Amino acid sequence: MTAPRPYTLIAELTYRCPLRCPYCSNPTDLAAHDGELDTDTWKRVLGEAEALGVVQVHFTGGEPLARRDLEALVARARELELYSNLVTSGVPLTKERLAGLVDNGLDHVQVSIQSARPERADAIAGYAAHPQKIQVMRWVTELGLPLTMNVVLHRANLDEIDELVSLAEDVGASRLELANTQYVAWALSNRDALLPTRAALEAAGEIAARHKARLQGKMDVLFVKPDYFGTTPKACMDGWARRFIHMVPDGRVLPCHAATSITTLRFDSVEDRSLADIWTSSEALLAYRGEAWMPEPCKSCDRRAVDFGGCRCQAFALTGDAAATDPACQLAPQHALVEAARSREPGERRYLYRGR
Amino acid sequence: MARDPSFIPKLANKARLRFDRHSGSHMIVYPERGLALNDSAAKIAKRCDGTRSLTEIVDELAREAGVDAEGRADVETDVLAFVDLLAQKGLLEP
Ligand code: SF4
Ligand code: SF4
Repeated sequence: MTAPRPYTLIAELTYRCPLRCPYCSNPTDLAAHDGELDTDTWKRVLGEAEALGVVQVHFTGGEPLARRDLEALVARARELELYSNLVTSGVPLTKERLAGLVDNGLDHVQVSIQSARPERADAIAGYAAHPQKIQVMRWVTELGLPLTMNVVLHRANLDEIDELVSLAEDVGASRLELANTQYVAWALSNRDALLPTRAALEAAGEIAARHKARLQGKMDVLFVKPDYFGTTPKACMDGWARRFIHMVPDGRVLPCHAATSITTLRFDSVEDRSLADIWTSSEALLAYRGEAWMPEPCKSCDRRAVDFGGCRCQAFALTGDAAATDPACQLAPQHALVEAARSREPGERRYLYRGR
Repeated sequence: MARDPSFIPKLANKARLRFDRHSGSHMIVYPERGLALNDSAAKIAKRCDGTRSLTEIVDELAREAGVDAEGRADVETDVLAFVDLLAQKGLLEP
């Protein structure tokens, strides 16, 4: 099989972050992943990614602002004509630094907000950052850059859709992502404290749909439902190692942010091999690329080219077998695992905060 | 959607039109995705720069293609359809 063309590089520059969100997608064994690529290696990798077909790069983390060489990497992306997006919590950032990043060619900023209410937001983030985030969003639009406001939804903020939309309008976002928590990494550890009720979810979805219609053409409102409440799984990453290259701070190349949780796979690093070599022949990327690995019922299902059998990380986390049909699918032999989780009595809301 | 011919389309702030050396055609890149364009779409997209009205875009393209009145009507249909598609995808300034 020839490798498909990747379009997007997700570059996790660091796992360092002052915040401690209980749904953080970074690995739960953070301390085991403290290595970071140096500037020159990232520059090389950006070039290799462009050569493979990548047209956009998301600089993320952790908190990418923790890297002092972010400016240099943004400049390198611009030189390669890659569309660059900074995915940030906005801490720590000054307007001067942001303006510098814009001068270096930054195209877009995405700021994540924990809640529209300051006290709630800080309780969720485990850090007092809310006013700073609002400030950062205003700077982004003042500097003329397009802004996406992102909110991870869960039981403690699902009742805030109206407020969140108003906030996004107020700061001038061009896109609002209301994304329900995906239960991998820290979020899985906190699942009982995060998982909403179906009623709350449906109410939130309806409110979001109303705003979406009202704001059509002005602001893009996206509401991502949690797969736990659907009947079919998400088209996770548009397929394993198909459109997205996900890189973690130490240089390993993954199909998605959570894949190091699949402990049966060994991911290759750009410190040992070129990105092109890894993309076309790394065993871990070949493991679930395409359809050959699929078990029944996926193998003979019409939706296999639509959802690719769902999320491998979720399959592994819940069943111990990364090749199993995603239990979020109602046809999955182990769908009962998801049913049990979502019908459980709401747990006490005490978060296990992400470590540092 | 019926649009006023004097409407001046402009690509959204987040959208960047660029040539893609891998496919040999243009694409519009934005944070969520990329939109691959064929040649005629690329010609329209290039003119959605906030300086020309729909009528002017149609006139320019018709002149460039050297078409008659009937041909101009086809160009107009293409332009309106493509501009609507851009708007639908949130790739046009409101
Ligand atoms: S989810 Fe929260 S803790 Fe994790 S990297 Fe993002 S801001 Fe930091
Ligand atoms: S059986 Fe597999 S391919 Fe079919 S819907 Fe479920 S996860 Fe998707």
